[in-house]
Amino acid sequence: MSDMDEMDDGSGIVKKFMFLNRKAPHGTVYALEGLEVVLITAAFDQDVSMVFTDDGVFQLMKGIDSKGIEVKDFSKTYRALEGYDIEKLYVDQASMDARGLTEDDLIVDVTVLSVDEMANLMAEQDVVISF
Amino acid sequence: MPMVNIAGKEVEVDEEGYLVDLSQWNEDIAKYMAVEEKVELTDSHWEVVNFLREYYAEYQIAPAVRVLTKAIGKKLGPEKGNNKYLYELFPYGPAKQACKIAGLPKPTGCI
Repeated sequence: MSDMDEMDDGSGIVKKFMFLNRKAPHGTVYALEGLEVVLITAAFDQDVSMVFTDDGVFQLMKGIDSKGIEVKDFSKTYRALEGYDIEKLYVDQASMDARGLTEDDLIVDVTVLSVDEMANLMAEQDVVISF
Repeated sequence: MPMVNIAGKEVEVDEEGYLVDLSQWNEDIAKYMAVEEKVELTDSHWEVVNFLREYYAEYQIAPAVRVLTKAIGKKLGPEKGNNKYLYELFPYGPAKQACKIAGLPKPTGCI
């Protein structure tokens, strides 16, 4: 039994993971791959945050229609994150402003952060992975 | 990728037997997939299969089994939203087998 107890101790470590999304949803594979990594990470019960900055804010835009470029529209999948217990979604205020977007334009509920707040959030993380 | 003939229709499946083009799905395909998976489809199975199709239509992914279990519990009640019930219906993994029958891709993160 003591072996089991030690294993339990090891698996209970929770780190703060931030997934930083910086690219437009289509044109490169980063956004979709990043999303898939987050969905897989959810299985490990870690403290996960997702951040959308620069063109990454477009990933969360409502009303994306990708039919013309013949790729799957995965924007609805961001709405599944809640079911995966990933509820910490942040967007960068300046990136939103620069693109004329407000929270009402986004498909999920997010927290909008200033540059300083974002810097603090990043400093708290154990791991930051950028897509 | 391999083609299989199901009820007189040629359909494309991937190397693990999952339907490639979701829009081709129909009940004949579900029944064919069920035979492949050695699952005898009952109303209880269909309930899960139809749930998965609705989930996919809403979120564009096949859910991980943990997420599926929780979502089924929410919609169909706790007596169905648990591993025991779902594994009795789909012994080789509810996400894996039920997704295949529902014509969905293999769940993300399912090995």
